[in-house]
Amino acid sequence: MHPYWAGLAGGALIGLSVAGLMLLNGRIAGISGVVAGLGQDRGERRWADLAFVGGLIGGPALFAWLSGEWPTMRFVASLPVLALAGLLVGFGTRLGSGCTSGHGVAGLARLSPRSLAAVLTFLAAGMVTVAVLRGLPQ
Amino acid sequence: MTGAAPRLAAALAMGLLFGLGLSLSGMLDPARVQGFLDVGGAWDPTLIFVLGGAVSVALAGFALARRLPRPVLDTRFDLPARRRIDAPLIGGAALFGVGWGLSGLCPGPAVAALSTGALPILVFVPAMLVGMAAFRLIRGAR
Repeated sequence: MHPYWAGLAGGALIGLSVAGLMLLNGRIAGISGVVAGLGQDRGERRWADLAFVGGLIGGPALFAWLSGEWPTMRFVASLPVLALAGLLVGFGTRLGSGCTSGHGVAGLARLSPRSLAAVLTFLAAGMVTVAVLRGLPQ
Repeated sequence: MTGAAPRLAAALAMGLLFGLGLSLSGMLDPARVQGFLDVGGAWDPTLIFVLGGAVSVALAGFALARRLPRPVLDTRFDLPARRRIDAPLIGGAALFGVGWGLSGLCPGPAVAALSTGALPILVFVPAMLVGMAAFRLIRGAR
């Protein structure tokens, strides 16, 4: 399958998941929020966070079982840079109340101006960062 | 009001669907994601297709949700109350964008990829959790 069609089909499954979690449980499928919820939610909500994250982690394994191969992963950063990036992603998504799923998929689908502002900001910041990386001597 | 078991089963199934979709979409591949952000270089538009597919389906689902008095398995829809576009939103999104650009990883793909056991993921995800915990500490101290 061409990467664009795989992207569209995979995107539709992601959209189905986001729609399904809202229709069934009334919750936004924002990954940074659910992951942070593992540490701060209580009671059933925490179990629901855990169930969703467990399913999410199982997703690539299910894909491997169905397709016969694990998803391609080509890493682009050294381990120290990954550690720095992880800190920024963790802190930034909490300060900004969401990431590519919560703001990018659910927020845009809810036509939230707040999420649109967040999406435009993290896209711009990401593009500037990659432009700077490309400008550095390799 | 139904018991907790159907809600937990729904959360598990939706998480699995999300992870399956991410895997099929190619978004688990940091090089492809970073390639989308590389607008001045060898630009890879795949992420547009992923986001387009996801938002279209979610849009239809949310339109349906607005017609329901409550979710199928729970008592109320839990929606973000905040409306203001403020400094924390923009500052947080900017910090996230820098980390995303540096690594080609955002929370969904990074957490899903834990099942691959890849070393870079085993460095990134704990660092992300530390970043989240740091935010809680700082906010709690204020």
